[in-house]
Amino acid sequence: MPKDRHSEGRFGKYGGSYIPETLVPPIQELERAYAKCRKDPLFKSQLCYYLNEYAGRPTPLYYAKNLTEYAGGARIYLKREDLLHGGAHKINNTLGQGLLAKRMGKKRIIAETGAGQHGVATSIACAALNLNAEVYMGLKDIQRQSQNVLRMQLLGAKVHEVSSGSQTLKDAINEALRDWISNVEDTYYLIGSAVGPHPYPTIVRDFQSVIGNEIKNQAKEKFGRLPDAVVACVGGGSNAIGSFYPLLNKREVSLYGVEAGGKGLSTLKHSASLNAGTVGVLHGMRSYLLQDRFGQVLDTHSISAGLDYPGVGPEHAYLKDTRRAKYVSCTDRDAINAFMALCKYEGIIPALESSHALAYALKLAKKLGRNRNLVVTLSGRGDKDVNILLERNEFSRYEMKSK
Amino acid sequence: MIAIKKMEDRIGIKFSELRERKQAALICYMVAGFPDLKTSASIIETLVNAGADMIEIGIPFSDPIADGPIIQEASHHALTHGVRPQQCISLARATRRIFPDIPLIFMTYSNILYRAGFESFMSKARDSGIDGFILPDMSIEESEEYTRISHELGLASIFIVSPNTEDNRVRRIMKVSTGFLYAVSVYGVTGVRNMLYDRSIKRIVELRKNSTSCLPIAVGFGVQKLDHVSMMVAAGADAIIMGSALINIIKTLEHNPNMLKDLYDFVRRMKNACRYQ
Repeated sequence: MPKDRHSEGRFGKYGGSYIPETLVPPIQELERAYAKCRKDPLFKSQLCYYLNEYAGRPTPLYYAKNLTEYAGGARIYLKREDLLHGGAHKINNTLGQGLLAKRMGKKRIIAETGAGQHGVATSIACAALNLNAEVYMGLKDIQRQSQNVLRMQLLGAKVHEVSSGSQTLKDAINEALRDWISNVEDTYYLIGSAVGPHPYPTIVRDFQSVIGNEIKNQAKEKFGRLPDAVVACVGGGSNAIGSFYPLLNKREVSLYGVEAGGKGLSTLKHSASLNAGTVGVLHGMRSYLLQDRFGQVLDTHSISAGLDYPGVGPEHAYLKDTRRAKYVSCTDRDAINAFMALCKYEGIIPALESSHALAYALKLAKKLGRNRNLVVTLSGRGDKDVNILLERNEFSRYEMKSK
Repeated sequence: MIAIKKMEDRIGIKFSELRERKQAALICYMVAGFPDLKTSASIIETLVNAGADMIEIGIPFSDPIADGPIIQEASHHALTHGVRPQQCISLARATRRIFPDIPLIFMTYSNILYRAGFESFMSKARDSGIDGFILPDMSIEESEEYTRISHELGLASIFIVSPNTEDNRVRRIMKVSTGFLYAVSVYGVTGVRNMLYDRSIKRIVELRKNSTSCLPIAVGFGVQKLDHVSMMVAAGADAIIMGSALINIIKTLEHNPNMLKDLYDFVRRMKNACRYQ
């Protein structure tokens, strides 16, 4: 394992804990509880039980033969997080934190959600673990992802509509933090990505590292060595940090994080904090942010609601600066093309988030050339995105092409 | 250009004056640029004339996590009307010209200072006549640069304590905080509340009594009416901070010519409750 640079809650100069004083005691309580659980074999075996028996781990590392032929280069392997219960990697984290909350004796769980994937994964974990879930979701996201709202409600969660600010993920986090400030004693804040004040970026990374650990072992089984490259999409960055972290000290593995380039980095309509942002403080952490020159956080855009966030996990900021990982971006259009390609060549409907990683992987495979192995983390499935493509009239476009 | 007076401890002087007159300070918060910058200047004048002892000028930030809906909306309004930190500094400078002795404090979030550079932003603020800062998302753990520069520039760095802040940590924060200590009496964000309790404030007052600190204690978050003010003054608070209640008046009467008069009357009544029995 790489040396833990997180002794004071920092990754280089990033991370930290910029929080109102009321949150200091619960954050310290969380830090202590997590330190205990981390070392507790019983906690580990409980989590392992739920991950394997309930969520469906381990997920396959699938050799995408058709896609490899289509890309014409390195062999492309898909890490199938989309096959998990709930349809995304999010459940790795919600089961972990749900068990942690239970250990801490907290019954009321709050969470934020953008596209609704983390909200659904939280609702699932809470139902399974007998906890009460309340989910904050921006009004705009509620309108874009109404089906996920229904899913959460079916699973017994209460969904709070957030109509402040830009009415998206960033404001849902603000509102969840405000709720936590108001209900510190009995409430656990189950954050959905590797963002927020210390110790959240570490906790989420650790729970998501199951992805990278499996990649490591499965790669050896499938092709006898580590992959040459691992590619994952980055919004807050939880599936990416989970894929990268166990491989950080394997220098022979190149790591690529793919941000949402939206309509292009020159347009301001994107969510590429690492590629086009500057350092600032938001949601309790110091990291790269999309902000104006006065320090006001900007509205972001991406076709994929899960990447539509103006900040990024602080460990990614550190990996960018130290150049251990490379961060690139793909536009909405690139992502849609990759989405369609995976549907057509492999019979897999990927989430639009994961389609960003796929889009870059297709280019990279060609560049790497044959006899190399490339792993793409397919973080979620794309059923939730079908309507978005329908509204954009993407179906007719592709039908035309295939004729 | 106005001549910059040598840095003086306006906050400290104000507290000792009020102590002699057996009064608690009334600190009034407003959002710069709500409803607009011109009205902001008249609002500050009204607040001071009505008896406000200090003014907290809120610099609007896009993501105010410690604020309730009233201040969020006011900040959002100011931002969508293009209010920038530089204009808040100009507002402070204009206020300082009219009121040479009244303590002026900026309340905003860390990122505004971080983005501009702590040193650059804070020295501009000081030169405009600002006496200190309150940053609700700045924990003492992250505050090394901020407190160092505050100290160098002679600015107060005012930290917050909460009902759940443990005794030892309250003592630590008392050591770092300058100007006064901002004590939050409830769990939650800023905003009006029906019920307030004075237990947590009595604890802070007690902790100070048993320490070498003589840092004044100001109570904020949720103070909305006369009863609240009297209760906190009786609990031993040295100052009362009112924010959302004032912004609520401004918002409700935004287009009413009586807005400033109503604000004046309200603040006058609150100030009257700031006398120690």
